Amino acid sequence: MRGCAPPGRALVLFKGATIEKLQLVWESLPLLLHGTLVTVELTVGLLLVGLLLGVPVALGQVYGPHPLVVLMSSYERFFRAMPILVLLIFFYFGLKPPLSPFGTAVLVFGLHSSAYQSQIFRGAIQAIKQGQLLAARALGMTRLQALCYIVLPQALRLSIPGWSNEYSGVLKDTSFVFSIGVSELFRQGWQIMQRTREVFLIFITVAVIYLILTYLGTWLLELLERRLGVPGLAGQRREEHGRVL
Amino acid sequence: MNPLAPFCQTLEVGSFIRLVCDIWPRLLQGTMTTFHLTVLAIGLGLVGGLLLALGRVYGTKPIYWFSTAYVQFVRGTPVLVQLFLIYYGLPAFEIRLDSLTAAIVGLGLNSAAYQAEYFRGAIQSISRGQMLAARAVGMTNAQAIRYVILPQALRIVIPPWSNELIYTLKYSSVAFIIGAPELMSTGQIIASRNFRYFEVFLIVAFIYLICVLVISKLLDLLEQRLKIPGLEMR
Amino acid sequence: MSCEILRVEGLHKRYGNEEVLKGVSFSVRQGEALAIIGPSGTGKSTLLRCINGLTEPDGGRIWLENIEITNAKTDINKIRQQIGFVFQDFNLFAHLTALDNVRLGLTKVKRIPKRQATERAMAELNRVGLAEKANAYPAQLSGGQQQRVSIARALAMEPKLMLFDEPTSALDPELIGEVLQVMQDLADEGMTMVVVTHEMGFARSVCDEVIFMEKGVIVEQGPPEQIFLRPQQPRTRQFLGKISELYGGTGS
Repeated sequence: MRGCAPPGRALVLFKGATIEKLQLVWESLPLLLHGTLVTVELTVGLLLVGLLLGVPVALGQVYGPHPLVVLMSSYERFFRAMPILVLLIFFYFGLKPPLSPFGTAVLVFGLHSSAYQSQIFRGAIQAIKQGQLLAARALGMTRLQALCYIVLPQALRLSIPGWSNEYSGVLKDTSFVFSIGVSELFRQGWQIMQRTREVFLIFITVAVIYLILTYLGTWLLELLERRLGVPGLAGQRREEHGRVL
Repeated sequence: MNPLAPFCQTLEVGSFIRLVCDIWPRLLQGTMTTFHLTVLAIGLGLVGGLLLALGRVYGTKPIYWFSTAYVQFVRGTPVLVQLFLIYYGLPAFEIRLDSLTAAIVGLGLNSAAYQAEYFRGAIQSISRGQMLAARAVGMTNAQAIRYVILPQALRIVIPPWSNELIYTLKYSSVAFIIGAPELMSTGQIIASRNFRYFEVFLIVAFIYLICVLVISKLLDLLEQRLKIPGLEMR
Repeated sequence: MSCEILRVEGLHKRYGNEEVLKGVSFSVRQGEALAIIGPSGTGKSTLLRCINGLTEPDGGRIWLENIEITNAKTDINKIRQQIGFVFQDFNLFAHLTALDNVRLGLTKVKRIPKRQATERAMAELNRVGLAEKANAYPAQLSGGQQQRVSIARALAMEPKLMLFDEPTSALDPELIGEVLQVMQDLADEGMTMVVVTHEMGFARSVCDEVIFMEKGVIVEQGPPEQIFLRPQQPRTRQFLGKISELYGGTGS
């Protein structure tokens, strides 16, 4: 596999004085932070692709005619049953799309995430009371108007806790793209490790950055939720950073 | 040039069937290893998760802090980082694990953190009255946990736990990154030799799909059988 | 003799094997308040929903003035703008403030400029006595207040006809009065309205005409004095007798 040769000899934990180690971490930071930026771009990109695809899939499942419901449900089941790594390798090496590794990763992760996001969004739509739609139609709104002004604003708010889960899930999963050569946080860490043989030092630093990203992101989403919050309209808070299946 | 051309791989039926005949024994071997890996990892995670959950609910301060820190660290970092720490990091302490063992330990320790949260949720959802009633008939704390709390918690936890099993099955594919000979890396090795990534990974994807769907179905049935009225996760 | 606003002719509706409306006909004149009473599950709510097209009837025709609502070519959304509908469980839009609930139909459906819409919405909230709650969300209002906002929401569209579907049935007893008061004021102002209700006192003292419905048919129709004091049909007498047994009197 590209860029993934196991190190030839045993790696050493303690090699030199503590001060040198701190210096090493300090010197690695620019590269790691560069990787962090790529990881963030990747995460945001794939979440957006997943959102753009996931919302129509959910709408199709809730409001569509029967054949569309079956199609969208199969789409969702398929992508949820598939390990993301298998999808990634299949797309990148099997289909050889005319995209950069980064673009492929955003596409593949976005497809995968859209299945999960459609599930989150579907749950949110179904949590909206039937009367809301009736009241909108009674005012003379068309189906589309009712969808835009009543269903979507409520469902999107109800989805935020689910998204928070999805965010922390996909953020960690983006580390897999190192296998197709995208220089994100994990790959940067891995390259520094290969050079310096400081496994623990580097990977603990990488882990800490992931931790910060996880908590920062969920905190921001919580802020957003509070900001957009409406009394009496709260999404179900599922287990934080839990796995969404 | 047709921009979709690279996507339009031709799948020649005859040669595809020959390929399947050629590689299925190896893929079957890989699938077995995947099951082996999944079962041991989920088992390790079960024991670890239960201990962590008990630590977080009933443990003394230091135990509580340790379990909490462990769970938060593992759940906030990628499984790949954890796997690398174990596979490439532990040799520094003179602990050398082969790739499959490292994958089992890594996935198991990872799953433990997630399972701990399911168990904790289940334990906490059992009313305090159950504990009080158990203590009232003269049980010790440990007896109450063993005979009253856990039997209920374990049933409540079945639905999220079956999710975790499926999840671990899917995520066992990361073991290929350190070269454990499971399904994914078997496919990778075959494809990197014959350069038929498209076809080989089509088969690999199909095997994962079947495994996941069949096992989810079985778990659904199991859930139905073990159901006790009135005892569900709220 | 004022002109007819609503005419319903031979309305039929069936859900599966159960026929809930078996040929219902009546009409409502301009400025009239009509009460529809009767036991639960006799198709009263279905009847109301057919009138503004939330439920499609299987047979029969409905006219709003001279436009046939049941004609497939009629733009039902245009019709609904002219018919106010008040639900039993309010159905205020959960993500919008009281003001926005009232304003949404004006800006999005009638496409009235925002400033004008705000003025009109505030005027309607004022009319139901809730101007000071304009920025409250539905969850922050009592049931009675929510129902008054929902009446204001319907009124803001300047409907020709108001339909009330058991507007007080979901309310705590002490909150019913404020809603009935708003409805009575409306009737006094000459709003044409059809009210499905279990509030016999309201039907008797406020409405001009009462329909007693049972099992999908109109059993008896007449002015309140007739229905409540000299019912012609034995079924009507029986029903009202049971009500007075339960609640101690048919009037307030």
